[in-house]
Parts: sequence; structure tokens; C-alpha cells
Amino acid sequence: MPNTPSPTGKPRTWVLGDNVTTDSLAPGAYMKLEIAEIAKHCLESVLPEFAGTVAPGDFVIGTRNFGAGSSREQAPAALHHLGVAAVLANSFGGIFYRNAINLGLPVLVCAHTARIRSKDILALDPQAGKLSIVNTGEILDCEPVPLHLLAMLRDGGLLAHLKKKFVAQQVWSAG
Amino acid sequence: MAQTLAQKLIARACGKSEVAVGEVVTCKVDLAMMHDSGGPRRIAPMMEELRAKVWDPDKVVLITDHYLPAYDEESSRIIRITRVWAKSRGIARFHDGMGICHVVLAEQGHLRPGMFVVGGDSHSCTGGAFGTYMMGIGSTEMLGVVVTGEIWVKVPHTIMIEWSGRFADTVSAKDAMLFLCNKFGLDGGDYQAVEYTGSAVAALSMQERMTLSNMTAEIGGQVGLIAPDDTTCEFLKAAGVEEIDTATWHGDADATLAAHHRFDAGELAPQVAAPGSPANSAAVGDFAGQKVDIAYIGACTGAKLADLRMAAKVLKGRRAASHVRLMVAPASLKDQKQAEAEGTLGILVDAGAKLLPNACGVCAGYGEYRFADNEVVISSTARNFKGRMGADSSQVYLGSPYTVAASAVAGKICDPREMQV
Repeated sequence: MPNTPSPTGKPRTWVLGDNVTTDSLAPGAYMKLEIAEIAKHCLESVLPEFAGTVAPGDFVIGTRNFGAGSSREQAPAALHHLGVAAVLANSFGGIFYRNAINLGLPVLVCAHTARIRSKDILALDPQAGKLSIVNTGEILDCEPVPLHLLAMLRDGGLLAHLKKKFVAQQVWSAG
Repeated sequence: MAQTLAQKLIARACGKSEVAVGEVVTCKVDLAMMHDSGGPRRIAPMMEELRAKVWDPDKVVLITDHYLPAYDEESSRIIRITRVWAKSRGIARFHDGMGICHVVLAEQGHLRPGMFVVGGDSHSCTGGAFGTYMMGIGSTEMLGVVVTGEIWVKVPHTIMIEWSGRFADTVSAKDAMLFLCNKFGLDGGDYQAVEYTGSAVAALSMQERMTLSNMTAEIGGQVGLIAPDDTTCEFLKAAGVEEIDTATWHGDADATLAAHHRFDAGELAPQVAAPGSPANSAAVGDFAGQKVDIAYIGACTGAKLADLRMAAKVLKGRRAASHVRLMVAPASLKDQKQAEAEGTLGILVDAGAKLLPNACGVCAGYGEYRFADNEVVISSTARNFKGRMGADSSQVYLGSPYTVAASAVAGKICDPREMQV
């Protein structure tokens, strides 16, 4: 899933630092609203231009403990809603990581995020755990998405995964 | 193979005699706890899409705390959805307006040693204080649990944290956790199991132990376990629990640990975390003299009965400085009633405290009331990330209830050991 250069020339890779919190990804004041409204405020306390400028296919890069803090699923959901292709970080907050995969947002642990610049064009193979920096030709090793989560991620998340299972059961029991 | 407490709890839940660290297993969930924010308003539409039922309504606990009291149409709607869903899905254990979920769950006797529990909130690790494997999850994952009764877990390593000796007067579990946040960082727990042990932990009351487990979230652990003992047993008996197994739920002495950290509780000074992160912590003296506008005692972390008693110990016969707004949001109605009956609440009110509802309040930052631009706050809550509790420029310092109370009186951050208690 490569991202492509934006027609506006805006950066397509968003490089952030340590401990990006769920409070910044899905600010509390907007948590009572639907995801489209929350997403408008995603990261506004740390990167005010993000929500208005990010485009489908963009990558978000963190360093340590991306998604630290609360269990609010709106944190990865806001990124997903804005069309972010994947988040790569040296490590993730444990609940954020599970939430992202459950929503079908690829999140990969990558020890080499320091190699990535905001001007870079990226292409990711989540199954193999390979990230290509297209403009430099460099390929970074990431930890592949764990096998037991790949099928769910491919289905588009836990709800879609369960739907397959439940609809199959319901058809079976109705038959 | 010798097993840690975490391994024993997971093995029981997945139906094996033992499990290996790193193994991915599917556990049967004994209890699923949800609140109004991440609960029915999020999972009900997904359940309808699946045409699915609650796997076992008797194993679901639902608690309102994030949007209470409702203050506008959206928050009223969220509370209403929660109430309607509880009734329509036959959730008998629905605690509406009783206080903050982690505190209510324990005081209602829903937790027991040996259980495997999920909670739809990151501070669900609070339940680990009872020798329960309790982990926080998000809404879609909760949906999965509610319709299947199962969840996957990767068997964690255990990081043992041993506090020997005794905590000094006016030093508390909160100080211990702020200290660990700085020592290990927000990701020091590595989403593994953290277990607290040692004579200082054994001497703590159940609610103080809950503070240790609660703030395991701030060091990034999946669970914060404490092996059950007589203190656990007494608390649970008072909460109406009958069958309590304290013998089984201990790690083997020779189980392999990822790390074993040892600290002397007697050497710990009261800690304060500077704005931005609980890991910005140091001994209170480093921040002494910082003027404060607000002193806030609230949340599952810092407004349980034990916390209110700490504040009262400092505030007895004293008043908050004239420029400080002292606010207290007792964590549960039960704790508030007890505090009232024994005189603790009266001491706080006489000191000038304004009483706020038994709910998450300013700590969650979801409500009507958030801190203003540049307001300087000392708070007994768990998190002071930028923008969480108010404006991005609000400055939230974290401390124990003792330190918050002492700072309220002094009008500036103050070491509680300097006040005769």
C-alpha cells in the first residue's frame, strides 16, 4: 500500500515523537461526538495543521510508546477516519495497538523509524514487515503483524471478522 | 514449570494447566465491565449489525461515570443509551450514579482472586489489586467479548516490584507510582504483567493497593497484580463476597521474572509530577513554592475513602489559602457516605472544599468543567498530559492527596511533611 505524492505538495509522512497520547489523538472535549467530529481535532494540541492537511494514504510515524494513555478507541479511529494508511513506531501503548488492529488500521513496530523523514514516500507490506522508502530505495525491517491478527486485519478489523463468523452461523442455524 | 501469578491466572482462564510466556491463548472472560463512554453507545450499534446477543448478561457489569452528571444534549443522550441498553439486555449489575467504575466494581464485590476480567477503560488494571487478571480494552474488543465471552492474550512476562520496609507518614501509594513513572518511563511496563510485593505493600490498605494497580497504566503495564492475603479477604467479605481463595493465587517462588526491582519504602519522599506527563516526577522539594490556583482531589486514582482520609489528616483545623479553589470529587457515593459519617468529609468542607459529583469529572476531561488557559493545578489524579484536563496551556501537577491538601493550605506546592498532622 504505497502512498503517493500529494497534488498540493504537502508532506505525506507525518513524523512525531515519543509518547503521543490518546488525549492528543482524540481530545476529551470532543469525545461525546461522532468520529468525524473528533477526527477534526486529532493531534491538534501537538500538530495543529494535521487534521486539516492529512490525506488518505498518508503514514504516521512515532517513536516510543505511540498511543500512550487511555483505552479510548477513538484515538486510532480518528487516524483511520482520516485515511491514514498505517502507523509505524518503535513501540505502541498496548491498548492502542490492539484497538488499531481491531479497527483494521495497520500498526507496525519498527526499530528504524529514525531513518524516516517527513518528505519520504513510503510503501508498506504489513505481512512481510517491510517498509520501503521509495525515494531513497531503502527498505526498513519492521516486525510483521502477528499471524493470529493478520486474518482480522485483512478482513478490515474485528467487527468485519465477527460478522463473517456470525452471519455464517446464522445462515447455518436458519438452514 | 514454575509459573508466575500472571501465568497461573491466564492458565486457568484458557483451560490449561500451565502457559508459557509469549504464548497466544484464548481466555474465557469471567466478567466484562463497561462504562457509559466506551460501553453501550459504542457497542450497541455493532451488536445490532451482528444480530448478536450478550453472551452472558450475568457476567456484564455496567457503570455510569464519564458523562455524569449530564450537562448537555449529547451527554444526556449517552447516559440515556446506557440506561436503555442495560434494561433491554437484562444487565442486572448496572450501577448508575454510584461512582467511578473501578472503585464501584470493587466495593460491590464483583472481583475475586483468580478471576479473568476485562474492563472498557485503561485504568481497569486497578482490579489486579485483588489478585484478579484485569486488563483494559477498547470498545470493539469489548464488543468481541460481549458477544463471544472470549479474548486473546499473549502470556506476559512479569516485572516484580518489591517495596520493603514501610512508607513514612504522609507518603502513599500514589508517591510510589509517581516515583516508578519517572524511574521506568511511561512504557517501562512494556505491556507486560507488573506485580507488587514486599512488606510495604503488605501493610497497605486495600484501597491504597488499588492505587498501585491503578497507576500501572501510567507505566504501561497490561496488569498490576497483587497476590491476595488477609487484607484482600477482609475487604471482600465486607463487600459481601463469600468464597475467597487466597491460597492458590500466588506466583511460584522459582518462577522466571523479566526483572525484579527492589526499593526501600522508608526512603521514599512525597513525589510531584510536573505538567505534561506523570513521568515528569521528582521529590516534592523540587517544586516547592510553585503557586497553585486549584487543588483537585478526584478520580479512581485519588479520591477513594483512603485518599479522602489522607487529605483530611492534613486539612484538619486548617483552611485552603484564599486564592486557591479546593475541589473534592469523592470516587464513589459509598465512600462519600462513609466519609460523611466518620467526619472526614466535614473536615474537607470546613477547609473550604467544594464538593463535586461522584464521577470521573475533570480527570477524564470529557465534561462541562475543564481547566482554563494557564490555570495552575495540583491534582491527586493519574494523568497530566497536555490538554487532557483542560486548555492546552493549563498546568497540571500531580501529587498524593496529602501533597494536594498541603499545597491547598500553603497556596503553593508544599511538602506535606512540613505540616504537623
